[in-house]
Amino acid sequence: MKKRRILLLMITAIALSLISLWIGQLSYGWLPPQGTTEAILIDQLFTFLVSLGSFIFLGVTGVVIYFVMFNRAAKYDWSDGPAIEGNVTLEIIWTVIPILLVFWIAGYSYQIYQQMGIQVGHHHSYQSIDIETVKTVDKPFETIEVIAKQWAWIFHYPESNITSTELHLPVDQRVHLALRSQDVLHGFYIPAFRVKQDMIPRETIALEFTPIRQGNYQLTDSQFSGTYFATMTANVVVQSKEDYETWLKKAAKQTPFLADNQAFSEYNQQSQKMIKTGWPSITPAQPPLVNYQ
Amino acid sequence: MTTINNNNSQEKIVIETHIEHHHQASARDWKRYFSFSTDHKVIGIQYLVTSFFFFLVGGIFAMIIRGELITPESDLVDRTFYNGMFTMHGTIMLFLWTFPSLVGLANYLVPLMIGARDMAFPRLNAAAFWMVPVVGILVIVSMFVPSGSAQAGWWSYPPVSLQNPTGNLINGQFLWILAVAISGVSSIMGAVNFVTTIVKMRAPGMTFFRMPAFVWTVFSAQIIQLFGLPALTAGAVMLLFDLTVGTSFFDPAKGGNAVLFQHFFWFYSHPAVYVIILPIFGIFSEIFPVYSRKPLFGYKVVAISSLIIAGVSGLVWVHHMYASGTPGWMRMVFMLSTMCVSVPTGIKVFAWVGTIWGGKLRLNTPMLFALGALIMFVFAGITGIMLSSVPVDIHVNNTYFVVGHFHYVLYGTVTMGMYAAIYHWFPKMTGRMYYEGLGQLHFWLAFLGTNLNFLPMHPLGLQGMLRRVSSYDPQYTFWNVIASLGGFLLGMSTLPFILNMVSSWIQGKEAGDNPWRAIGLEWLTTSPPEVENFEEIPIVISEPYGYGKSEPLTLNS
Repeated sequence: MKKRRILLLMITAIALSLISLWIGQLSYGWLPPQGTTEAILIDQLFTFLVSLGSFIFLGVTGVVIYFVMFNRAAKYDWSDGPAIEGNVTLEIIWTVIPILLVFWIAGYSYQIYQQMGIQVGHHHSYQSIDIETVKTVDKPFETIEVIAKQWAWIFHYPESNITSTELHLPVDQRVHLALRSQDVLHGFYIPAFRVKQDMIPRETIALEFTPIRQGNYQLTDSQFSGTYFATMTANVVVQSKEDYETWLKKAAKQTPFLADNQAFSEYNQQSQKMIKTGWPSITPAQPPLVNYQ
Repeated sequence: MTTINNNNSQEKIVIETHIEHHHQASARDWKRYFSFSTDHKVIGIQYLVTSFFFFLVGGIFAMIIRGELITPESDLVDRTFYNGMFTMHGTIMLFLWTFPSLVGLANYLVPLMIGARDMAFPRLNAAAFWMVPVVGILVIVSMFVPSGSAQAGWWSYPPVSLQNPTGNLINGQFLWILAVAISGVSSIMGAVNFVTTIVKMRAPGMTFFRMPAFVWTVFSAQIIQLFGLPALTAGAVMLLFDLTVGTSFFDPAKGGNAVLFQHFFWFYSHPAVYVIILPIFGIFSEIFPVYSRKPLFGYKVVAISSLIIAGVSGLVWVHHMYASGTPGWMRMVFMLSTMCVSVPTGIKVFAWVGTIWGGKLRLNTPMLFALGALIMFVFAGITGIMLSSVPVDIHVNNTYFVVGHFHYVLYGTVTMGMYAAIYHWFPKMTGRMYYEGLGQLHFWLAFLGTNLNFLPMHPLGLQGMLRRVSSYDPQYTFWNVIASLGGFLLGMSTLPFILNMVSSWIQGKEAGDNPWRAIGLEWLTTSPPEVENFEEIPIVISEPYGYGKSEPLTLNS
């Protein structure tokens, strides 16, 4: 009898593990495309956590549902269940295993974090990315300045003295950004790149990552910045080295003009919402002067 | 001489019986609930009813938010109003629903559970309660000043919270800070009262390890309030000065430090989540044994875990600030400390599963709510671990993934747990039984609504949809429509609850003193208990949860 129970338990555990691993694989599909080397690393960690989490969730829920189905009191059975007040062995097991799991998860997260080589603050040390499949240039080509204000993004390329409302980046090269905010807290976030960093007024914060996939992406403001927060997006274009150089040259020839800005134009329009409350907003900053939009 | 003596004692008896009659009559006198009463049970119900009113207000705001988000464009309300809505929704749900409702429940139950006649400081108790309507009025009034209500989110991070578009001294943000500060003072008063009551007012024989687990959780939670709230209140006062007097604690334009506020805020506001969740754990620990007819599995470990959670909760606040320019070493330290919370929490979850293991389960409404809440809490715990991991959090921080996680805790666990408690102790509070059918309907609507509303937020967050946006990229439409429909369903689910509570209170069946055949001091007295709770203070002689054993709980019963 006892042998059969152990066997049954083992079969359940194996089945549960397989299902959990499968859910972990599925979870790659819940995420945006992997636009950077960082994205590959973070997704690895995320899917691992999904597998582990699925195992625990399905395990606990399964047991609870089993009891709900098979341990119901009969209609007129008013007696009590067995007076089991605890089990020291069991309690030690379910304390020690979570502790080990915590150290496993923390250790793995730490390892991934080290590989990402994220720097915060003003330190410039270029760590290499430990991924063999992707050939990338580790040394950043140029520090691009990212300026956020209520509610516009401005990208400045100091070497060619270009200002743009679009962030253009060459593929397979380490990108080094200097993040600055002119008024309130903002956040730099490109979902497909899996990188996010708050921008703090009067501070310059460095951010590095390596785009590995050509295409168009969206940059969003990730720290609530007031009335037109939701409009504060910008296009990000990752292109080949050649296209990138061409773009720089083309943009440099443009004379600076006043960019279109959604927050600014919405502010100067009559409200067209169904319910108008007319609560006042901070006046948006002037639209930026740019060479390219 | 003897005749006079006789007369005197007779008179005394007459007076005593008169008082008794008076007490019995007044236990059901509805007017008491609208007065400045010092009876902990009246105050408890005042807290519960007041906070439930604000729960409905916060819920309507939530549905306005979901109404705006059902389409990608910003088309229902002005963006300023939308920002006001999510700020007020968060503020009301936390400071006027979860906190006061749990304080109300604890107010009602703790003295009964430890065998006390009232709280240690009854007048302080009443004063703390009456500050709640003041907070509520300030919050509501703030929506009618020219500036509109506060719009910087319930975190009120500066510098956005310091931007004052009208330039008026009395603006929404000003009233918001005032409300939060008053709510903080009220909570500190409550905390002093609870800790004193639990330490000093226990009945004879009620040692710490004979206290019900709910009392342990209230004790742990209120200790957090005592050491955490001063930080938030100090932060709020500095923010108030920056906003009105022109100091520059947090204003970078004048040389202040905006991130410093985040430390003040989260140093309290993360432990605050444990202030909220711990009593819910206590409710689980009370309800599972009753409806499984088994003792709480590993009672002492469960009790101690509450204190450990309270201790660790003070060391995790920076996990809200992984993206705020926090250095790498600090990110790693707080990642590890945050993950450590899962150990004592896991112990509790396993203990509850152990409690229903091999029990004789009855799925009455309280048990249904407790089981549903337990399952959703396990889910929330798992997403919580994901969020504590720095690399994952860098991606999902400030996205709907966090909002989904948070609502699985605050609705899926806390509010569902709260409902479990209200149904379970309703017969004790009113002396009447609720309608089981309506209760079950409420559970299924709420369970379905919660999952429809908050589960879609996880894929949205993973795809990169940010919280607090009033318009979004059309790629996120599908899950937002589902979430909005779930939100409206969740709103509807409160209707059977209100109907049930009102009609059962007026004309429900008499419940008797102990309809659940539960073990606990509160079930030994009448329903509703008279003023001062017990005719005779009980003498406790055994541990709580003696299901399946034949030993009595008290000497006098």
